[in-house]
Amino acid sequence: MLPAQFDGLMPVVIFMALAILLFFGGHFLSVFLAPKKPSLLKSTPYECGEQPVGSAWSMFNVRFYVVGLIFIIFDVESVLMFPVASIFKELNDMGQGGYALIIFLSFISVLIEGIAYCWRKGDLDWVKSFQHSLKKETK
Amino acid sequence: MNQTVVSYLSQYEFYDFLLALFKNNQSLLSFVIYLVLALAIVGMCATIGGLGTYAERKISADIQARIGPNRVGPYGLLQFLADGVKMMLKEDVMPFSADKMLFYLAPLLCLTGVFATLAVLPFSGGFIMTDLNVGIFYLVAISSLVGVGVFLGGYASNSKWSMLGGMRGASQIISYEIPVTISILAITLLSGGMGFGTIVGSQGGLPHQWFMFHNPFAFIATFVYFVGALAETNRAPFDLPEAESELVSGYHTEYTGMRFGFFALAEYIEVFVVCGVAAALFLGGYNLPGIKLDILPIQAVQFVIFMTKTLVLYYVVIWVRWTFPRLRVDQLMSICWKYLTPIAIFNLVGCAIWMVVFNGKSIAEILLGSH
Repeated sequence: MLPAQFDGLMPVVIFMALAILLFFGGHFLSVFLAPKKPSLLKSTPYECGEQPVGSAWSMFNVRFYVVGLIFIIFDVESVLMFPVASIFKELNDMGQGGYALIIFLSFISVLIEGIAYCWRKGDLDWVKSFQHSLKKETK
Repeated sequence: MNQTVVSYLSQYEFYDFLLALFKNNQSLLSFVIYLVLALAIVGMCATIGGLGTYAERKISADIQARIGPNRVGPYGLLQFLADGVKMMLKEDVMPFSADKMLFYLAPLLCLTGVFATLAVLPFSGGFIMTDLNVGIFYLVAISSLVGVGVFLGGYASNSKWSMLGGMRGASQIISYEIPVTISILAITLLSGGMGFGTIVGSQGGLPHQWFMFHNPFAFIATFVYFVGALAETNRAPFDLPEAESELVSGYHTEYTGMRFGFFALAEYIEVFVVCGVAAALFLGGYNLPGIKLDILPIQAVQFVIFMTKTLVLYYVVIWVRWTFPRLRVDQLMSICWKYLTPIAIFNLVGCAIWMVVFNGKSIAEILLGSH
């Protein structure tokens, strides 16, 4: 038996299990219902009627990595802010509001500093590298 | 201890009767109740998702002065069933160069992520499957699975269109998660808890008691959340991952038959979930004005109120889709990082200061002087 605090998690497991069941059930049905006539042309990746050139698993723009990195920083920060936010009202009702606010603001200021730094560095522009190298040349 | 639908039902007499029927096996009975209600919710949401595709086509037809689907069933209402059957009858085609396992896994991840969010959606005071004390946090976390599914779908297909769509989808979904999460943080701050029961319970039935009108910052946060939610569900004007006029069909270009159907189903249910969360967080959720009684018929009325708010928002989502043109990728990113995120942080700070300065009172309470 699970401890009592896991009691409320049973619906979560049930919903996930339902999703998996629906998925495999749908596949199971379509195995019987759907036609199966494989051919090479049918299973070529769609490229507007042309023969596909090379694999799609090629290099992609480095901007996507930068966006991912910025996201992780912000996501971790907002995760850490959730507990503070959820006891903020309680502290405020106890008359500790100003104290909580200072702590909260000092935490958010780190976040603001982060976004200001990224902005200043040009990491928030989608076409950064070109514009920034152009600026340096004109200087 | 988390409030669940079983612990709610256990205060009624028929629960004891059911318990006797199950030979006093408490855990088996709660499992059966959960299962039956989960099936009901999934069935309801699948129907709403299906009718969502119908509504989408009908409303878009109205906006573009066309007729729309009107052949299958009365007013074409059964169109979505016909579409579902058609998808089941279509051949499953997989590109020969695809990553087979990930190709199978991608729609499953989307579907699991969306279904798992249904567990905490507050349909009414008692009819919330499980009121986790980290409810909204859990919802934000688990719905990130959809982003993984979208990216894997694009990656595993090994088609250029899919790959571009998947990359865009991944960067868009993770980017817009930030303003959405920070807007939700502002509401957590106002309500003093992350559970949906707490959040909805600290609002009232009348508009001036909603968190949307609690203070000016929360009012802006509502719109930040809504715009971010549109982007997270890949809805136009943020439907870049599946932009049909530039990327064929984006991340699900190579998906056919049932697997495409699962992607579509997950998307439409996710829109419903996102609208439901908006209704619960900002628009007062299931609250009924003035009535404090807690009996079963009231639960039904609460359910109707919640669904009405959600479906109105659903309509707005469709309306927005067919009214605004699509953005460009760089515009999308600059809207997220240069506008929505700073505005969301500003709202959060504003809400925190408001809480301290006005001692947690809403703007209506200050103006009217009432409790």
